[in-house]
Amino acid sequence: MKIDLTDTTASKINKALVQGRRAIGTPAVGVVLTMVIVTDEENAYDSVKAAEEASREHPSRTLVVIRRTARSPRDRQGNRLDAEVRVGSEAGTGETVFLRLYGEVGQHADSVVLPLLLPDAPVVVWWPVDAPENPAKDPLGALAARRITDAYAVEDPLAALAARATSYAPGDTDLAWTRLTPWRSMLAAALDQARTGITSAAVESEADNPSAELLARWLGARLGVTVERVTTAGPVITAVRLGTANGEIRIDRPEGPLATLSLPGQPARTLALKVRSTAELIAEELRRLDADEMYAVALHGDASGTKESVRHD
Amino acid sequence: MSVTDWHNPLRDPRDRRLPRVAGPSGLVIFGVTGDLSRKKLMPAVYDLANRGLLPPGFSLLGFARREWEDQDFAQVVHDSVREHARTPFREEVWQQLADGMRFIPGDFDDDTAFRQLREAVEELDEKRGTSGNYAFYLSVPPKFFPKVVQQLKKHGLADAPEGSWRRAVIEKPFGHDLASAKDLNAIVHEVFAPDQVFRIDHYLGKETVQNILALRFANQMYEPIWNRSYVDHVQITMAEDIGIGGRAGYYDGIGAARDVIQNHLLQLMALTAMEEPAAFDAESLVMEKLKVLRAVRLPDDPAASTVRAQYADGWQGGERVKGYLQEEGIDPESKTDTYAAVKLEVDNRRWAGVPFYLRTGKRLGRRVTEIAVVFQRAPHSPFDSTATEELGQNAIVIRVQPDEGMTVRFGSKVPGTSMEIRDVSMDFAYGESFTESSPEAYERLILDVLLGDANLFPRTEEVEESWRILDPIEEHWDTHGKPARYASGSWGPREADEMLARDGRSWRRP
Repeated sequence: MKIDLTDTTASKINKALVQGRRAIGTPAVGVVLTMVIVTDEENAYDSVKAAEEASREHPSRTLVVIRRTARSPRDRQGNRLDAEVRVGSEAGTGETVFLRLYGEVGQHADSVVLPLLLPDAPVVVWWPVDAPENPAKDPLGALAARRITDAYAVEDPLAALAARATSYAPGDTDLAWTRLTPWRSMLAAALDQARTGITSAAVESEADNPSAELLARWLGARLGVTVERVTTAGPVITAVRLGTANGEIRIDRPEGPLATLSLPGQPARTLALKVRSTAELIAEELRRLDADEMYAVALHGDASGTKESVRHD
Repeated sequence: MSVTDWHNPLRDPRDRRLPRVAGPSGLVIFGVTGDLSRKKLMPAVYDLANRGLLPPGFSLLGFARREWEDQDFAQVVHDSVREHARTPFREEVWQQLADGMRFIPGDFDDDTAFRQLREAVEELDEKRGTSGNYAFYLSVPPKFFPKVVQQLKKHGLADAPEGSWRRAVIEKPFGHDLASAKDLNAIVHEVFAPDQVFRIDHYLGKETVQNILALRFANQMYEPIWNRSYVDHVQITMAEDIGIGGRAGYYDGIGAARDVIQNHLLQLMALTAMEEPAAFDAESLVMEKLKVLRAVRLPDDPAASTVRAQYADGWQGGERVKGYLQEEGIDPESKTDTYAAVKLEVDNRRWAGVPFYLRTGKRLGRRVTEIAVVFQRAPHSPFDSTATEELGQNAIVIRVQPDEGMTVRFGSKVPGTSMEIRDVSMDFAYGESFTESSPEAYERLILDVLLGDANLFPRTEEVEESWRILDPIEEHWDTHGKPARYASGSWGPREADEMLARDGRSWRRP
């Protein structure tokens, strides 16, 4: 069911949530976390849809924070909080509250969100677009155990990564990193089979792809080699090559979901490497809520000489 | 460089996003045309591939008596995946799997077929990098086990080349009594080392069953009361609503106790009653499970503490159904049990005096498997007796299937002015609180076989210990009386209710 509240407060929204639950006959719910989505009206639909799909795996209370800007200067003076409470089948397997903030209250969204968090349950904040410069210091980000940004959804991804690296705090994570899991998993599996030392590495991708950048930094940090970056026409990452004494380990994904894996001395075989939907990415993100140390390693590209070499021109 | 020294620099224990992907390997299924293989095994393999948990180059070999080419086999797998897989069908995942499918037609005593199998294995090692690692899944009736393992040995398929492994996977029944179980183990162990033999008990692959250990040993609030000072008794139930269907040939002469209590229920009981293992690894788990199974004491008077019965005709869920003796292929004089209930005690400090009631049956009210730990009543109640008249005993119920989860039953005040206390149930639904995409038991177990993780597989000693518990009961049944009767669709025979009534207890309605 759906309850609309105009010019309201957090405590009225809490009442509406209880009322909504009673009405659908399930006064107790087994939700495991609170998800805060901070977005604008334009991106709200897609991100809420993805979060609702992910909520089938991780039932959650979803709070959607939308800051509205009024057109006229007079309207900008006033403060207003409008809310839309969705419970039951309209909200995936949890509850969704849309919070529309007008005027100055938009700067104090945390005061609205804090009373609506589930007791004790972990909090996740996701900025589908336009993440703050320093997520952990952001008033909303500071409430969360996990802060999800997306370096894909910005004008200059590499600059965004640089900013993320400077402001990194445990609990930060980025969907550009999440997108890499199948690649990283296959590369690790390929190396399990090759069982040999790596002497060189290269990542081929479209220009300015943040995932490719993170992948190169991760490979550099883990393998202790200089990672060459090659720009191709894309889409996204097209190939990864690892040099060994006996030849090259190579995963090619020229287009579509089908990739080929070649190992030295073995014929090529096909691999499924699909580009996953946002809902799947969010579901993966929510599986673990502790600090992602490997993301930090990849972000900083900590080990031996990868930092300089990853820049391509 | 030796095999064990090498460490993959791309793997790191801190990197928890990387899934546990099986190493290079292949799976050989004997009896690949069977029901289990089509409905469970092949879909599970596909689901694993779809979740990216199978290694590149993973190969699937089918062995059966059919005149099929590799393509025909691929088609059969395709159809069964389409129909039964849990995850959506994706062409690219299918492509990846289909490249590694081979079919070997032949009988189990056909040397040519096994030579072909060997050639296929060698070809796959070379072409797809399976590195000599193979699991042989014996999805065939136990009478064929000796033949198949002997053939594997004869053709050198059971000998792992240096640095690789060969494993055997077998399904229940693991014999029909202690002696036959020992024979069977001897046959399999002659060819495969005991730690390379994986016995599938699919119940142990279920999330809630693994959650028993998490619930007991990761929390502080249950373990202190998990003993004779607080627990009154434990009921473990596995009920099916179906009859024997087309399994007459297998079922008659085996019966419910051998089919279910010996493996599933005693395993569930061991997990419920065991002490905390030193670590969460196969060795420590089996040690604790064995300890508790060895402490199980059989009833002194089997007549008073066991019940067996057969379903009579009746109405089951709105359908008229036949009785067991009327089922096709069943001897009308059969004494096989379709319902069995036993009372066991565990002779150790934790459980002395706490009965464990185990029951299983076909054609019962509904399909359900659960473990109910029923607590004692509060030693003293400050409320007067009318206030607590409707208050039962507290209980923690672990629901294994279908609706996986946990229920806690406790007393609560009824809203209103008078003090009246009644039972309420609090539900934790697994499917609701986590993962709709909770994996099928077979997925988990096949992956564990490929990873060599034996935590969820009963060991030889456990199987033998379980038969030690069951054999005297079966012996008593063979020589005394005949099975009771219960109406299809009911919750079992009157005799079973009387058995608990003698102890001043009653069965839960699950």
